[in-house]
Amino acid sequence: MKRRKRSPSGAVSRRDFLRGAGAAVSAVSGGLLVAEPSGATPAPGSAGVVGPGEVPVTLRINGKEHRLKIEPRVTLLDALRNRLDLTGAKKVCDRATCGACTVIIDGHPVYSCTTLAIDVEGQHITTIEGLAPEDQLHPVMAAFVEHDAQQCGFCTPGFVMACKAFLDKYPNPTLEDVKQGLSGNLCRCGTYAGIRQVALRAKA
Amino acid sequence: MATALLGERIKRKEDPRLIQGRGHYVDDIVLPGLLHLAFARSPHAHARIKSVDVTAAQAAPGVVAVYTGADLQGKVGMVPCAAGIEGLKVPEHPCLAVDEVRYVGEPVAVVVANSAYTARDAVEQVEVEYDPLPVVVDPEKALAPGAPRVHSKLADNVAFVAKLEGGDWKALEAEPGIKVIRQRLINQRLAPVAMETRGVVASYSPGEDLLTVWSSTQIPHILKTQLALMSGVEENHCRVIAPEVGGGFGSKLNVYGEEGVACYVSKALGRPVKWIESRRENLQATIHGRDQINDVEVYVRPDGKVAGLKCWIIADLGAYHQLLTPAIPTLTALMIVGAYHIPCVFVETKGVFTNKMATDAYRGAGRPEATYIIERVMDLVAAELNLDPVDVRMKNFPSPKDFPLALPTGVTYDSANYQRTLKKVLKAAGYTKLRKEQERLRKKGRYLGIGLSTYVEICAMGPSSRMPAGGWEFGSVRIEPTGKVTVLSGTSPHGQGEETTFAQIVASGFGIPYEDVTVLHGDTGVVPMGIGTFGSRTTAVGGTAIYLAVERLKKKMARIAAHKLGVKPGELEFKDGKVQTAGGEKAMRFLEVVAEAIFAKQLPPGVEPGLVEQCVFEPANFTFPFGAHLAVVEVDPDTGEVRLRNYYAVDDCGRVLNPMLVDGQIHGGLVQGIGQALWEEHVYDENGQLLTGTLMDYAVPRAHQFPWFETATTETPTRVNPLGAKGVGEAGTIGSTPAIVNAVVDALRPLGVRHIDMPLKPEKIWRVLRSASAA
Repeated sequence: MKRRKRSPSGAVSRRDFLRGAGAAVSAVSGGLLVAEPSGATPAPGSAGVVGPGEVPVTLRINGKEHRLKIEPRVTLLDALRNRLDLTGAKKVCDRATCGACTVIIDGHPVYSCTTLAIDVEGQHITTIEGLAPEDQLHPVMAAFVEHDAQQCGFCTPGFVMACKAFLDKYPNPTLEDVKQGLSGNLCRCGTYAGIRQVALRAKA
Repeated sequence: MATALLGERIKRKEDPRLIQGRGHYVDDIVLPGLLHLAFARSPHAHARIKSVDVTAAQAAPGVVAVYTGADLQGKVGMVPCAAGIEGLKVPEHPCLAVDEVRYVGEPVAVVVANSAYTARDAVEQVEVEYDPLPVVVDPEKALAPGAPRVHSKLADNVAFVAKLEGGDWKALEAEPGIKVIRQRLINQRLAPVAMETRGVVASYSPGEDLLTVWSSTQIPHILKTQLALMSGVEENHCRVIAPEVGGGFGSKLNVYGEEGVACYVSKALGRPVKWIESRRENLQATIHGRDQINDVEVYVRPDGKVAGLKCWIIADLGAYHQLLTPAIPTLTALMIVGAYHIPCVFVETKGVFTNKMATDAYRGAGRPEATYIIERVMDLVAAELNLDPVDVRMKNFPSPKDFPLALPTGVTYDSANYQRTLKKVLKAAGYTKLRKEQERLRKKGRYLGIGLSTYVEICAMGPSSRMPAGGWEFGSVRIEPTGKVTVLSGTSPHGQGEETTFAQIVASGFGIPYEDVTVLHGDTGVVPMGIGTFGSRTTAVGGTAIYLAVERLKKKMARIAAHKLGVKPGELEFKDGKVQTAGGEKAMRFLEVVAEAIFAKQLPPGVEPGLVEQCVFEPANFTFPFGAHLAVVEVDPDTGEVRLRNYYAVDDCGRVLNPMLVDGQIHGGLVQGIGQALWEEHVYDENGQLLTGTLMDYAVPRAHQFPWFETATTETPTRVNPLGAKGVGEAGTIGSTPAIVNAVVDALRPLGVRHIDMPLKPEKIWRVLRSASAA
C-alpha cells in the first residue's frame, strides 16, 4: 500500500490514502468490495488537503445524521466505534484484508478500516446496527443462526454485512459466486461452511 | 440421566447478540477517565539497550506518562511460566525489557495518553538506542557449540531435555528382519490469529484498593491469581472479567507482560487504562504455535507391524517462556504412538531458545505435532513396504477390547474403536473406487492423491496430578425464586457454544424449558473459582461439574417434594416442569418445589433452605477422542497447485450433546488444520525479522479454498465422566493436517516423492517436482 502523503504540518491527502486502500481491497476481495464509494464530496480546504486538526464532519448513518469534529486521519471504523458507540463493526487486520469492519455505503460493501470518515460525508452508511430493529433479526442474521455460521462472533457482523451486500447484488448465486463473493472476509473459527449456506439460501 | 434436549441440534443462545454486533468485547468497554496505552517495541531480534530517552514522547500533547523497563523494575513481577519440567531453565522475563531485547516486538516502553491515536504517535518519539547482538533464529544452529546465546546468563540455549522411554529396545534392535525407516519432519511455526487481538482494560480504585481487569482471556481465574502476584494487589482485591472473547485457539491461555503493565499503570496513576493490540503486534508478540523439528526412526517388521518408534524433537521455544511454552512439546512425546500399539518408544525432547517470539499452546498444542509424526510414519511404512496405508493402520490398531489401554508413553487411553471410524470413513469416501480412479488418472498424467489420518488425541484436561495448576473445574447451579436457573461455570468459553450446551445439561436434568437457564462465566467476581477453557475440557470437565451440581439439587428437591407428597424421594422424577411419581399420579410443579425450598415453610427436618449447589469435578483421567479422516487432492504437476477435492471426517468425541456444535468445532478445526498443511507459515528471516507481519502476508484460510466437508461421528462413550463426553474442540485441527500431506505425497508418489514439508504451497511442490524430474 502506498504511504499516506503528509503536508509539512502532518495533514493527510485523502485522495492518496484512498488510492492506496482501494488497491489493497481490490487485490483481495474478488472485486466485490470497493473502498472508494462513488460520489465523494470535495473535502474542505484547498487542494483536497485538510487537517491535521479536527474538522467538522456530518455522517449519515442508518438513516440518522451525526455531526462530529474529528481529525481527518480518523477512519470511518474508528469514528463508528469510538465516537458513535456503533461497535458492531470490528477492527481485526486494520489493512483491508479481513472484512470484519465491513459496512455498506450507498449499496456497496466497504472496508471501514481503510476508509476515512471525512470521505463519506453525505453518503448513506449502513452498519450492522442499522440492518434491523434491535428486537428483530434481519433475514440474513436469522440465516446465520439457522446455519450455525458463527462461533466467537468477532468476524460475524462484517460477514453479515458482506453477505447482505452480496445477496443484494446476486440474489440467486451459484456456489462458485458465493465462494468468491465471500473471499474478502476472514473467519478464524472456520465457519465458512455455515456462511456459504447462508449466502446460498438466505434472502437479503 | 434425563435425555430430553441432550443430543439435539439446539440453536446457540449466544448467537443473536453476536450476530447483531451487540456483544461486548474488551475494546467495547469504556470507563470514565479512560487512558490508552501503546508500547514501544524492539525492532531488533537481539540487542543491548544502551539508553531509552522518553523526553520527547513525554512532552507530546495528550501524553500522561511514559514508563520504561527500568521504571518498572522491582515494581511489577515477571511474566509467569507454569510448566513444571525437571531441570527447566526459566530465564527472567520482565514485562518491559530492561537491559536486553531478545525478539522483534519485545516491549521496551509504554506510553500512556488520552487517546489511542495520541499514544501511538508518541511511541514513535520514544528514542531507544540499541547495540545489536548476534542473533540465532534456527534452533539447530542454536544448539551448535559457540552459537550466540539468547540469554547470556545461561550456559547454552537448551531450556530442557526430557526423555521418555518404554519397551524392550535391546531385543527389538537385535530382532532379525527388522527394518528401520528414517525421516525428518518439520512442523512449521504458525500464528494463532484470533480475530480479536489481545486487549486489556485495567481499572484500579484506590479507595477500595480494588483492581478490576477486563481481559480477552481464556483463563480469567488463573489470570487473576497471576496479576495479583505481578501487581502486588492482594488477590481478594482483584477481579478479572473475560467479556466476549473473539477467539483464542490457545493464544489467550496465557498471562502477558502487557497485562501486568496495564495493572501497574492503572495503579500508579489511579486511572483506568486500555490497551488494544494491533494486528502487527498480534503477529509479532502474541504466542506462536508448533515449530518443531522431528527426526524419526521407525522399527517395522516385514508385515507392516510397527514395533518401535524413536523420535528426537527439537522444539523452538522462542526467546522466553510464556505460561506453558516448554510444556507444549512434552505433549507431543506423550501422544507420539497415536492410535497404534507400538511396544517400544523412545522420545528425546529438547527445548531450545531462539531470538523469536515464544511458542505456546495453539489449537491442539503438541498433539497436532504428534499426530503429524505418527500419521506420516504410517504412510512412510506403507510406501516403504508397498502396502496399502489402510492395511498398515489396521495391522497396528489395538483391539477395541484392549481398552482401557496403558501405553509405554505413560498414559492410559480410556476407550476407542479405531477400526470402526476407519471403516466408516473408507465407506463414505468409496475408497476402493477412489484407488481405481487414481490408477486411471495416473495413466492420463493426472495426479490424484488419497490421504488418511487415523488420529487419537488427549483431551478433557485433566487430572490435577498431570496439570500445572489443577485440572478440576467448578460449576454451580442456583434456582431463583421465580424458577429461573442461573449456572456459574469456571470455564471461559469464547465461541465454542457452552452457554448452550450447559443450558441443555441443566434443562434436561430438571425437565424444564431450556430458555429458563442462563449460564454465567468469565468473571471472577461472579464465579468463585475456575480453571478455564482449553484442551477441549470445557464440556467434558466443566459440563460434568454442572451436571453433578444439578444431580445434587435434584436430590434435595426430591426430598422436599417427597415430604409434601407423602412418597419416597427415590420414587420421583423430573419431567415436563413437574416433580412427580413415575406415572404422574402424584406431582408438584417444579416452581412449587422451588417455592417450598426457598420460602422454607414446611421443609423436612435437616434440609437447609434455598436451592444452590456447587461441584468441583476432578476427572480421574484424560479422555482420548479419535477419528479417521480421508482427504482427496489433485496436484497439478505443471503449477504445483493442490486442489482439495473432497474431505471426509469421521470423529468420535464420545457422547455428543449437541451435534450442531460438534459439527461446527470439527469444521473449524479442519479449516485450521488444512491451513497448516497447505498455506500457513510464520516466517522469520535469518536476522530474526518477522516476514509475515500482517494478514496480507500470513495466509489465514478463506471461504473459497474448501470443498464441502463430509462429516460423521461414531459414539464411544468414556467412563472418565458421567456425561460420557470426551471433547471436540481440537479434533479437526489435530486430525486433518497429516491427512492432507499424506494425500499430496500419495499423489506425487509416481514422481518419486517420498515426503514434502509443510506448507505444501504450489511453489514448493513445483520445485520438488522440477528437481525430481531433473534427477
